[in-house]
Amino acid sequence: MSRGVLATEKRGMRELGAEEFVGWDEVTQGTILPSFEKDVDAAHVRPEERPYSDFNSYTATVASWRVIKPVYNRDICIDCQNCWVWCPDTSIVSRDKQMLGIDYDHCKGCGVCVEVCPTNPKSLLMFGESEETEEALAKWPEKKKKAK
Amino acid sequence: MAEKMELNEIEVWDGNYAASQALRQAQVDVVSAYPITPSTPIVENYGAYVANGYVDGEFVMVESEHAAMSGCIGAAAAGGRVATATSSQGFMLMIEVLYQASGMRLPIVLTVVNRAIASPLNVRGDHGDMYAGRDSGWVQIDAFNAQEAYDLTLCAFKIGEDMDVRLPVMVHQDGFVTSHTAQNVKPLSDDDAYNFVGKYQPYEEMLDFTKAVTYGAQTEEDWHYEHKAKQHKALMDSRDVIDRVFAEYKELTGREYNRVEKYFMDDAEVAIVALGSAVETARYAAEELRAEGIKAGVVAPRCFRPFAFDGIREALENVKAVSTLDRSCPMGAMGTLFNEVSAALYTTEKRPLVSNYIYGLGGRDFSVAEAKRIFKEQKAHADAGHITTPIQQFSGLRGPKLGFFETKRGN
Repeated sequence: MSRGVLATEKRGMRELGAEEFVGWDEVTQGTILPSFEKDVDAAHVRPEERPYSDFNSYTATVASWRVIKPVYNRDICIDCQNCWVWCPDTSIVSRDKQMLGIDYDHCKGCGVCVEVCPTNPKSLLMFGESEETEEALAKWPEKKKKAK
Repeated sequence: MAEKMELNEIEVWDGNYAASQALRQAQVDVVSAYPITPSTPIVENYGAYVANGYVDGEFVMVESEHAAMSGCIGAAAAGGRVATATSSQGFMLMIEVLYQASGMRLPIVLTVVNRAIASPLNVRGDHGDMYAGRDSGWVQIDAFNAQEAYDLTLCAFKIGEDMDVRLPVMVHQDGFVTSHTAQNVKPLSDDDAYNFVGKYQPYEEMLDFTKAVTYGAQTEEDWHYEHKAKQHKALMDSRDVIDRVFAEYKELTGREYNRVEKYFMDDAEVAIVALGSAVETARYAAEELRAEGIKAGVVAPRCFRPFAFDGIREALENVKAVSTLDRSCPMGAMGTLFNEVSAALYTTEKRPLVSNYIYGLGGRDFSVAEAKRIFKEQKAHADAGHITTPIQQFSGLRGPKLGFFETKRGN
């Protein structure tokens, strides 16, 4: 797993609620919040290279209420990108159509990625939040036989 | 480009058709609608204009009024000029989303054909829906006839879209009495109307991908209050822009609009304050009473929101007695116009006598004779120096006389 692309060392550092308070005359009109510090063609700039503003949660941890988490098993994954497409929080990290892992600073533990995973056994499974990844991988189920 | 429509100098339009022509001439990009009586023809006509090439726009059919206003919000946040229409139960279902639109400062135009609210079910005009929108953060402008419905719908776009305002605007008219009564209407040419409204200027639009923005953020106790105060100030400050747009419209058409409309008020001794089609009834009554020697006048808040605290005070501070007419049942309180007019007049030296009539619920007719009777009652209050009846009464109600609260002044 590439830490650089997941960028966890740059992400999840900021605490929400620690912003500097400003008065009514300085808040944005309509609570419309710009994602970036300056104009950017975001579709062609990689996530870790975009000029995020503090209104964007990219550099903040927003996953504190997760109680179960998806664990990713690289050995079974076929890089179909189903989980990447379906994740409602863009917390599946993929680069050049290859799955890299899960962004645990933003994943809320909804389990959609597990639901849509087509492999047998699944390449993503839900485990308790405190479960170590190595332990989870050791418990991975065997391939299910088709009922005849 | 959309086809131009040839219009006569004077057209015979009802209020609904007048409003729909204004939507067409403003070249509204998106109408997301769930039609409801009596406002149905407004969006129905817009759909026909789209189908026949008279507007470059989208008519979006949705599954409820909640969805209709949600669709409007999406289209407005994306960067388009957006409008829709509703009434009564539809308005009530839309209310949650009305607050979203104003909070996000989206200049959507909502043409509201005022209708009573169930239960019991009723399709006729009263102001229950209009009153239910009064804390929703929208500019609320009231048209008293078809010409005004046309004029003020055009003005609504220009007011809401002004960069100093950026708030949604409702244009109200009375169900059936205004919406379905064909009257002479002088329209502008398509070019003059569009040039007056102007090309839509987007602000922080979501379809500008180089400036990604979030609409509809959550704010808790540490931020919500500041955002709401800023929104309230924007609505208060829209008064100057409304005055400016009305002045520009007068220059173009010769037709004058004011945030507070005054009729025979220069020397009035007694006055009626009302909204909607009853204003014209009261004006007719005032004119007849002038011939009988009673100095009657009529004051009508053209803008229900922002409420013209200043203009109401200026218009009424020298009258002796004023009756505020509310066409919505306040259910356990005094009527809204009574409360707001009384509050404004309480800050004057002379503090005129203010009483309250509830009238016209569910489309009950309000006649010239009844308006004259109310004026004469105000004259009796003025001559006695205090209110001689219950402070709140009901006009045109069958059964024993219904009234509440006595004055403590002058007895």
